[in-house]
Amino acid sequence: MVQKDVRRLTLILLFAPFAMWIALLIIVPHIGMVALSLREKVAPRVYEFGLGNYIDFINEPIYWNTLLRTGSMSLLVTALALLIGFPIAYYIAKIAGNRTRGALFLLCLIPLWVSDLIRAFGWILLLRETGVISTFLQWSGLVSGPIEFLYNDVTVIIGLVYTVILFMIVPLVSTLDGMDDSLVEAGYNLGGSGFTVLRRIIVPYAMPGIVSGCIVVFMLTAGSYLTPILLGGKNSSWFTEQIYDQFITRFNWESGAAFGFLLLAFTSTVIWLGLKLSGQTLANTVAKS
Amino acid sequence: MTETPAYDLECHGISKSFGSVRAVKDVSFNIPSGSFFSILGPSGCGKTTLMRMIAGFEEPSGGDIRIKGKSVLGTPPNRRNVKMVFQHLALFPMMNVFENIAYGLRCRGASNDEIKRRVQDVLERIALPDVGGREIHQLSGGQKQRIAIARCMVLDPDVLLLDEPLGALDLKLREAMKIELKLLQHQFNTTFIYITHDQSEALVMSDHVAIMNDGNFEQIGTPQALYHRPNTAFVAGFVGDSNRWSGKVTASDGTGGTVETAQGLTMQFTAGGGLRIGEGEAVEIFVRPEFINTVRAADAAAAPGDNHMDGVVDSLLFNGANSRVLVRSQTGELIEADVTLTGDGDLAPGEAVRLSWSAQHAMCFPRSGDA
Amino acid sequence: MARSAPAPFVWGYRAYVLAFFLFLAAPLVAAGTFAFNDSLFPALPWQGFTLDWFFNDTEPKLGMFHDRRLLRGLYYSFVIALMVSVLSVFVGTTNAFLFVRGQFPFKNALYIVMVIPLVIPGVILGISILVIASNMANYFDRSLGIDLDFLRPGIFLVVLGQFSFITTITSLVITARLKKFDATMEEAALNLGAGRARVLRTITLPFLRPAMIAAGIVAFLVSFENFNTTLFLVGSEAPLTITMYDRMAKVGSTPVLNAVSFVLMVGSGLLALVSIAVQRDKSVR
Repeated sequence: MVQKDVRRLTLILLFAPFAMWIALLIIVPHIGMVALSLREKVAPRVYEFGLGNYIDFINEPIYWNTLLRTGSMSLLVTALALLIGFPIAYYIAKIAGNRTRGALFLLCLIPLWVSDLIRAFGWILLLRETGVISTFLQWSGLVSGPIEFLYNDVTVIIGLVYTVILFMIVPLVSTLDGMDDSLVEAGYNLGGSGFTVLRRIIVPYAMPGIVSGCIVVFMLTAGSYLTPILLGGKNSSWFTEQIYDQFITRFNWESGAAFGFLLLAFTSTVIWLGLKLSGQTLANTVAKS
Repeated sequence: MTETPAYDLECHGISKSFGSVRAVKDVSFNIPSGSFFSILGPSGCGKTTLMRMIAGFEEPSGGDIRIKGKSVLGTPPNRRNVKMVFQHLALFPMMNVFENIAYGLRCRGASNDEIKRRVQDVLERIALPDVGGREIHQLSGGQKQRIAIARCMVLDPDVLLLDEPLGALDLKLREAMKIELKLLQHQFNTTFIYITHDQSEALVMSDHVAIMNDGNFEQIGTPQALYHRPNTAFVAGFVGDSNRWSGKVTASDGTGGTVETAQGLTMQFTAGGGLRIGEGEAVEIFVRPEFINTVRAADAAAAPGDNHMDGVVDSLLFNGANSRVLVRSQTGELIEADVTLTGDGDLAPGEAVRLSWSAQHAMCFPRSGDA
Repeated sequence: MARSAPAPFVWGYRAYVLAFFLFLAAPLVAAGTFAFNDSLFPALPWQGFTLDWFFNDTEPKLGMFHDRRLLRGLYYSFVIALMVSVLSVFVGTTNAFLFVRGQFPFKNALYIVMVIPLVIPGVILGISILVIASNMANYFDRSLGIDLDFLRPGIFLVVLGQFSFITTITSLVITARLKKFDATMEEAALNLGAGRARVLRTITLPFLRPAMIAAGIVAFLVSFENFNTTLFLVGSEAPLTITMYDRMAKVGSTPVLNAVSFVLMVGSGLLALVSIAVQRDKSVR
């Protein structure tokens, strides 16, 4: 009996930090955010319960255009990260020799240890009008005047892919690593071409890793702030910028909270759709990596 | 208090249920001091649960466990002077050999000098005096085995429990370790309780063996007794190899008589386990391969014994001194018999042979379910 | 694939991998190299090697180790990262025990709940915590007349905000390690006479130590470089990333930022090496 009580007490003691963390720092703040977003400002210092902040959002095309733009560009970045990252992950997991494998994997992780800010700063130094690439092109005589590579969508996308691709490669490497080489060999042996083997064997096997990578990458991209601002300049129209704008510049917290909730709802819906379409669950993808 | 109890371990009516599953059912036994005692049974028979109750990791649902005459019910595992060698040894990888062995002594609060002296002493007794500074992963399988035992023995336990510790070793090493364990037990003169599903381990090492099946002890006895005088059909079938028939008794004086097998063979039998077997009872008959004599059909007249059977050699199972012949009888069954193959004039597949065995070696038990 | 594929394909594949790693390295190399350029701007042409951007003590080439605000940012980052890693490793460890050892209803669902903070955009974590903390502070101020300063943007909120998602990372790392633990080792220790507390101290925690250190280092670095969550919760004690961002926005890029980048890259590289060295231990196999 005593042992049973001790066990129960231990469970409660272990549960307490978890419950406090999730309740106080995740659930309650999000409820608070939603509650705040449902407050309408009718006059200075006078508030009413209502959907006014959301109605404002719908009535102002700039807002929802920005959200849609953020969403579609994030999807594009996710797709690019998958396309670019998959061959790299496959090379690391399956083709590289034992010793190079570890080294390459570590190399992949290096940018992870470096702040977003420094990465974006590095890109600025390379791409701006007076930057390394522009100077180099002029020096080599390929172009006559300085070229500005910054502040356009292509650069933003490159910068974003760069920032998030590690989160695609890491789960891919770990799932591909678990794949038995003989599966691929059997595929060839049974007469498959390179493409069918990829489509029928490798990709289905790596599906949990692909989905997990895509979820994390999509969320990080949609929620990123520094990279679009620094590489895209003032007109990058990223939705997080709108949130920041409402919160810090205009001090309109109600509307900012509504935007925050919209971003969360929008990204969650996209991920939910993605999981449905791929037939995966959150438990066997993200939770495993 | 001064009198030493005759038994290191006594179990009285121990049982254990997990929900509606009764893993151990009313088991009683006593183990005399200083003996090597094995509990042998198929996996899932409850032997591990029994051992975990002795060690204190599980509380029995009923019954009493006494160690050196004192009940240990309610004593937590870390207060019992019963030490255990785990199946995968559970040596601590973050400590070296010395610290592994010193662990229990440190828990007791022994002084550093004493720890040093006793660890060195036990290392010498297991003939590994120089490995104290090694890391666990630097040891070979057999060395790990001995360190795991030393880690327990340094604490002078009343009883040492061993839970299939040889299971992870390869065959050669396992054979060597059997002998070594027996020697270690003699040297420490401590009661060893050895749990295994491998009958050769149990038979080779033990003074006494308990055969466990489905939560019960079927029989406790010396290895010879279990082998030659099994009490139940399960023991006869589980210990050693046997040819097995089922049949019906046609004539009996209680201790022996005639039985007709399902295949229609008539056989002289002896009732096993001191049982009385009457006419008309459904029985199982066990005949060990080494008690079956095989002769060529041409010499059939010379075949001794009470029971005879004609057949054709189906195949030879050559294994040196333990070679066997598989004979297909006229009714189509396959019977195993030990033969000596000399490499010269041996039996060959297809030859007609006659098998014979005595009534004394045809052990008969009442049929019990489908045991 | 390589075994049967034609040689041009293999070489093409290798070239692609090489190009990818050049792509990964390029901005980092650019950010680091210009720290040593003896020029007022982090741009070509190369004006010669200098360490001024680290050690010079006069304007206009004020080195980072004499730049008060940068140093203060570094200090705050350090303090915040230290607190976040200690807290998140602690909760990560209790979470690992909870989910590996505990038996309770809705365990799988709660495990997913534990993972979720990692995929919530950092901006939203920041504003939601800002909103709730400010509401509480306002409430206490107005109705009780108590000024709870720690609920206003500042170090405390920054720590909470970063802790809220970094704990998921530490929990996953430590849980993975605890799952590999052979529970019979604890029974063996009990059997040898150790009490519960002693088993935890001498057997289980030493086994977890490499994962706890690695998780702590990851937490430290993630906290150090975090921007999105911190941005909304920061008070007057701005950590380094915020200070650098301000500098970039107000002054424009200057080589002193390259110097800071260089120091940060070297620092986190060293920490990463430590965490690899710690994880490559002998007790796994």
